[in-house]
Amino acid sequence: MARTAVSRRLGDRLRWRVAEVTERRAESATAVTLVLEVPEWPGHLAGQHVDIRLTAEDGYSTQRSYSIASAPDGTRLELTVQRVVEGEVSPYLVDELMPGDQLELRGPVGGWFVWQPEQEEPVLLVAGGSGLVPLMCMIRSRRAAGSRVPFRVLYSLRSPAELLYGPEIRQGTPGVDLTHIYTREAPQQSARPPGRITPDDLARHGWPPDFAPTCYVCGPTAFVEKAAAYLVLLGHDPERVRTERFGGGED
Amino acid sequence: MTAGTPADTAGIPPDAEGGYIDGNALAGPLAELFAVDLTAATSQCAHCSNTGPVARLHVYRQAPGLVARCQQCGQVMLRLVRAPETVWLDTSGITVLSIPVGAD
Ligand SMILES: Cc1cc2nc3c(=O)[nH]c(=O)nc-3n(C[C@H](O)[C@H](O)[C@H](O)COP(=O)(O)OP(=O)(O)OC[C@H]3O[C@@H](n4cnc5c(N)ncnc54)[C@H](O)[C@@H]3O)c2cc1C
Ligand SMILES: [Zn+2]
Repeated sequence: MARTAVSRRLGDRLRWRVAEVTERRAESATAVTLVLEVPEWPGHLAGQHVDIRLTAEDGYSTQRSYSIASAPDGTRLELTVQRVVEGEVSPYLVDELMPGDQLELRGPVGGWFVWQPEQEEPVLLVAGGSGLVPLMCMIRSRRAAGSRVPFRVLYSLRSPAELLYGPEIRQGTPGVDLTHIYTREAPQQSARPPGRITPDDLARHGWPPDFAPTCYVCGPTAFVEKAAAYLVLLGHDPERVRTERFGGGED
Repeated sequence: MTAGTPADTAGIPPDAEGGYIDGNALAGPLAELFAVDLTAATSQCAHCSNTGPVARLHVYRQAPGLVARCQQCGQVMLRLVRAPETVWLDTSGITVLSIPVGAD
């Protein structure tokens, strides 16, 4: 089991470690991927996150959680952060953190909102905005592991300008069907008028409940609330609907 | 329970009214204390006896810490407050925790 890759020895509680930013990549006008070098990174499971701690010179410190975007790759780790307007932490990470800068982080953590390549059932991923991050890690880990489990992905975003991982998503992955749901502004060729995700979108582009997929729903709290409720309404077993709420309102 | 300034509470951000996140977010704060991941553990609510993974609890980031409520009845199951030298962990809303530890 991949579990061994991330389990800590008994009595070895998790501590903060220092990571260095080695690269930054703009993903959209409002999001950036930070590539980190984390000495002695133990590896991670798709869906796990890290906590980031920032400390000001006067000693004030604050922390936030960020999902891991990259498939396991040695001591290299990628996070994708979306700027929340007037936010305390995200504007700093998106706009000010530069290669060479250091960050304190704790992780990987979380053992429930995870997908492991041993899983054989079909998978439904439902992302709202930056909620795509841990789900992208699942897609990347599926590819890295050579898994052929079929994935369907519904990705809700405000407009084409907010698309994360554009080149990689446009290139596509065999066995991963991705549907975009634009909530405010859709590209011209799009048949679906802009609007928030509906049960019909999930019925049309997701899996029938009797396929018993595991569903992973991630994004702003209000988005997750709704999408998860729709899935249960459509007949999916609540036990098979796993959620990761990021906080905040709907887009 | 007393805690000092907001800076003492490990800078856990407060949520806007009514907002909550999933028990998943307890993973880091709990990993600071425990060697196994407690979010994948099953917890039983002391109020309504509902059982489910800790990861499914509704977590409110309220000064001075984190409050996790039962997803069924809304009662408080767990409270965690981080001060500079001490963590207060109140689990009086949980009757049983069953914790997967894997084979020896
Ligand atoms: C387990 C977990 C994983 C996460 N993974 C990611 C990730 O991979 N990428 C990412 O960009 N974010 C992620 N987040 C959200 C992240 O932790 C922060 O909440 C977010 O960056 C905002 O922090 P801030 O300090 O800028 O805003 P704050 O100063 O904390 O908040 C400012 C205002 O924005 C609202 N707000 C807070 N968070 C959001 C949000 N996500 N969307 C909309 N409004 C919000 C608040 O209610 C508040 O009113 C994750 C959250 C959790 C719990
Ligand atoms: Zn209860």
